[in-house]
Amino acid sequence: MLGGVLATANAEAADLPEDRADFMYHSYIGGGVVANGPAVLVRKGLGDEVSLSASYYVDMVSNASIDVVTTASPYRERREETAVGADYVYRDALISAVASRSSEPDYTADSASLDVAQDLFGGMTTVNLGYSHGWDTVGKTRDPSFSKPADHWQYRLGATQILTPRWLMSLNFEAVADNGFLASPYRAALVFGAAVPEVDPSTRTSRAATLRVAGSVGANGAVRAEYRYFWDTWDIHARTTELGYSQYVGKQWLVDGFGRYYSQTHALFYSNDFTSEMTYMSRNRQLSTFNDLGIGAKATYSIVREPARYEIKGTAAFERLRFHYSDFTDVRTGGLYSFNANVLELFVTATF
Amino acid sequence: MKAYRIASGSLLAALLLLAGCSVEPWVKPYERERLADPIMKPSRDALADKHHEHVYDVREGARGATGVQGGGCGCN
Repeated sequence: MLGGVLATANAEAADLPEDRADFMYHSYIGGGVVANGPAVLVRKGLGDEVSLSASYYVDMVSNASIDVVTTASPYRERREETAVGADYVYRDALISAVASRSSEPDYTADSASLDVAQDLFGGMTTVNLGYSHGWDTVGKTRDPSFSKPADHWQYRLGATQILTPRWLMSLNFEAVADNGFLASPYRAALVFGAAVPEVDPSTRTSRAATLRVAGSVGANGAVRAEYRYFWDTWDIHARTTELGYSQYVGKQWLVDGFGRYYSQTHALFYSNDFTSEMTYMSRNRQLSTFNDLGIGAKATYSIVREPARYEIKGTAAFERLRFHYSDFTDVRTGGLYSFNANVLELFVTATF
Repeated sequence: MKAYRIASGSLLAALLLLAGCSVEPWVKPYERERLADPIMKPSRDALADKHHEHVYDVREGARGATGVQGGGCGCN
């Protein structure tokens, strides 16, 4: 997680991240799913060259989504994720290593990542390289004999360029390769309206490129724009566009607003209802043709501040999402499916 | 994946060589105060960004090149 954040490090990549502690409550409510819980992150430097971090994240999920209510029974489960990381500065380079473990009753995921950010040309350019490997074990509730592996390899390459005293640009590329059990053991596909087990290919390779521009505007503001293009060997093509604006208000407030639009085409082996039986068949709406629009806002208040010593801030962030599916129907009504979701984060941050 | 490893290795070698070059920065260090402001960072709050990324990850088909790494499934 932290390595990933640093993978798009700013213009002063060879600086260690600041010491901080975050305590957060997060919530997602939408489409019959409620997922919430606490999360904590602590980061502390050791001398001028090393910074260590640890995080703990809990998701308590109550799932009555359309997939679940039409093919199974609603359920509750808990996911926990722990991560530890270390950052090391060597001359103009920042080297970050992170190891994490995520576990829920029917799924465990271990991962390790290494990222390097190197300043070049007097700090005008920062180049990032990163690699992650993930080892998942997919299980199935009430079937202890079901255990299948899934491996993931991620390769990252990016560069951030200072354009002017007010403008930055970055270009990031990431390739992800998967091998193993990539389907859901619970989900069903439909063939002439009859449910059959979902079968996904056991390999997938994807590529994504993101162009980002950020600029300082006015006396206390910043604007950013991002565009990501994604494509993979399952024939999904996706575009993500995001625009954001940040503004200091007085000495104690920082407010942000953003909009995000995402759209994708469906996978080769996706169908709402197959008309013939095929080797690979999925009715996973994540692989269908759909779009989602998110509008969000974030406000940060500086509660206590002792310059050059410490600061405590409180933040509230909210995003409203609208998903609209083009070839996935609600089998209860026969109409195209759509839903709204609310995403909330409340957190306190201490920097010291 | 072998090709990626070779490409990554070559890029790392090229970067190390480039690091030795000297290019006159057209934005001097003392002119970078605005760029160093936290509001210019792509990710200011790692935990909140991780949560947002997880929300997108388990519902959208695309992944990667966001600067935030996810973990686990939490799906369905």
